[in-house]
Amino acid sequence: MSQQNIEPLDVAAIRDEFPILEREFDGQQVVYLDNAATTQTPDAVVDAMSDYYRRYNSNVHRGIHHLSQEASIAYEEAHDRVADFINADGREEIIFTKNTTESENLIAYSWGLNELEPGDRVVLTEMEHHASLVTWQQVAKQTGADVEYIRVDDDGRLDMDHARELIDDDAAIVSAVHVSNTLGTVNPVSELADLAREHGALSIIDGAQAVPNRPVDVSEIGADFYAFSGHKMAGPTGIGVLYGKQELLEEMEPYLYGGGMIRKVTFDESTWGDLPWKFEPGTPPIAEAVGLEAAIDWLEEIGMDRIQAHEEEIARYAYEQLAAEGDVEIYGPEPGPDRGGLVSFNVDGVHAHDLASIMNDHTVAVRAGDHCTQPLHDKLGVPASTRASFYVYNTREEVDAMVEALDDARQLFS
Amino acid sequence: MGLGSDMYRQQILDHYKNPRNYGKLEDPTFTHVGENPMCGDEIRMDVKLDEDEETIEHVAFSGDGCAISQASASMLSTELAGTSVEELLEMDRDDIIDMLGVDISPMRVKCAVLAEKVAQDGAEIYMGELDKEKTSTED
Ligand SMILES: Cc1ncc(COP(=O)(O)O)c(C=O)c1O
Repeated sequence: MSQQNIEPLDVAAIRDEFPILEREFDGQQVVYLDNAATTQTPDAVVDAMSDYYRRYNSNVHRGIHHLSQEASIAYEEAHDRVADFINADGREEIIFTKNTTESENLIAYSWGLNELEPGDRVVLTEMEHHASLVTWQQVAKQTGADVEYIRVDDDGRLDMDHARELIDDDAAIVSAVHVSNTLGTVNPVSELADLAREHGALSIIDGAQAVPNRPVDVSEIGADFYAFSGHKMAGPTGIGVLYGKQELLEEMEPYLYGGGMIRKVTFDESTWGDLPWKFEPGTPPIAEAVGLEAAIDWLEEIGMDRIQAHEEEIARYAYEQLAAEGDVEIYGPEPGPDRGGLVSFNVDGVHAHDLASIMNDHTVAVRAGDHCTQPLHDKLGVPASTRASFYVYNTREEVDAMVEALDDARQLFS
Repeated sequence: MGLGSDMYRQQILDHYKNPRNYGKLEDPTFTHVGENPMCGDEIRMDVKLDEDEETIEHVAFSGDGCAISQASASMLSTELAGTSVEELLEMDRDDIIDMLGVDISPMRVKCAVLAEKVAQDGAEIYMGELDKEKTSTED
């Protein structure tokens, strides 16, 4: 993609839509750089959700009355909007869950526990988030399948030769992050999906850090499943998405049972309703679905390619500022097309938690810890790292504020 | 904004940079280890009791982690010498915060109390009242 033709974001105007960014602590305005954990919510999304509660709050699917009809249509159409956004074939392929984690668990329970057999191989990556790593580890234990991890090389990229070794005819599942929430690496996910398909394995992509900040086309990627969370893409908490190929979802058993998902129930037996409702029993996150749709409208209004360009630009700036510091170790690939909008690092002699506390004194919000990638941190040889992650509203000045705070840390700890 | 929050007052930094009683005891009466998985802090506490089996003669600690966890272990090691096992077991989180003498933000309390928990669990295991291999602040 040629960055030159992409019109830069009007960040000042965007910031006006996020009152939270004006909050001050001890007279200092917050610098929010924890977007990989959760993004802030623009007024448009808050308004859409409040409009739902003020005007057409009602349960879905089962009401004859006006309010329920409005709520039902809004809820169902939110699936269409998501399908359109990621280029799925239709609402049948879009299941609303609570978050990425539940999306992963849905596949694990519904497909994994029923289909995996001893000797089957589950192929993950060393940079997997606990959402899929822990889930598949446990399913493998219960089914007797083996888990293998595609190596991460010294530059923070997947070792694709190793991937080709592991993804052979014994492989049953290949699950990988699209963008690593720790290293920032953008993985070659369609190549992984192709490898899986060639060997009869299912492919699952964790897009929690990709959908928020770049155009994602699930048809082009070609994976069987793709998961992401509303709260990391300017949407609300409490809603996530699992995309799945229709023919697979049709064969799969639901893993949660209850009302709203059934076709017919007798005292002895039940049959399942149509997709996607078969996987959405009980009262679903209706307001959240309305909010997610509003978030998608809001993002597309800006343009996903512009958002991507902005994030890459800020991440590159942050990387360069930090790299120039000398005593900072940065994890993951150098800035470029295969690095997303976050930077994890450590400052020599300062524990990540101490650094995050000191940054907090400057009202700079960063994350310190293992970012739910503990095995990857073990491999990196550090207990924790500090992570700055960016979104549409972040500026270079905010990166500067973070880098300035490093001086305090050094003075205190040297 | 002044240098550093309250949390990093001189005393904490001093204990972090110049830890007291850092290392291992040659013949500890009991030894125990623990971790704070949130931070990746790890601490081992070695405790030597007097012949009366009650008075704490000497404490050493080793491990690594954030400034709060390490400073807390260092301060506790000096604090405990001369006290009794009973007093150790009676300590709680407020005592540790008093000892540190600074406000500990809620998210960091686990770092602060790690050493205390490890020492307490070690004592209880020694007395046969507890059975665990490793202490975790998440327990
Ligand atoms: C790559 C990745 N996968 C999964 C998750 C889990 O997302 P959630 O907490 O919304 O389930 C996250 C975020 O924490 C993530 O960054």
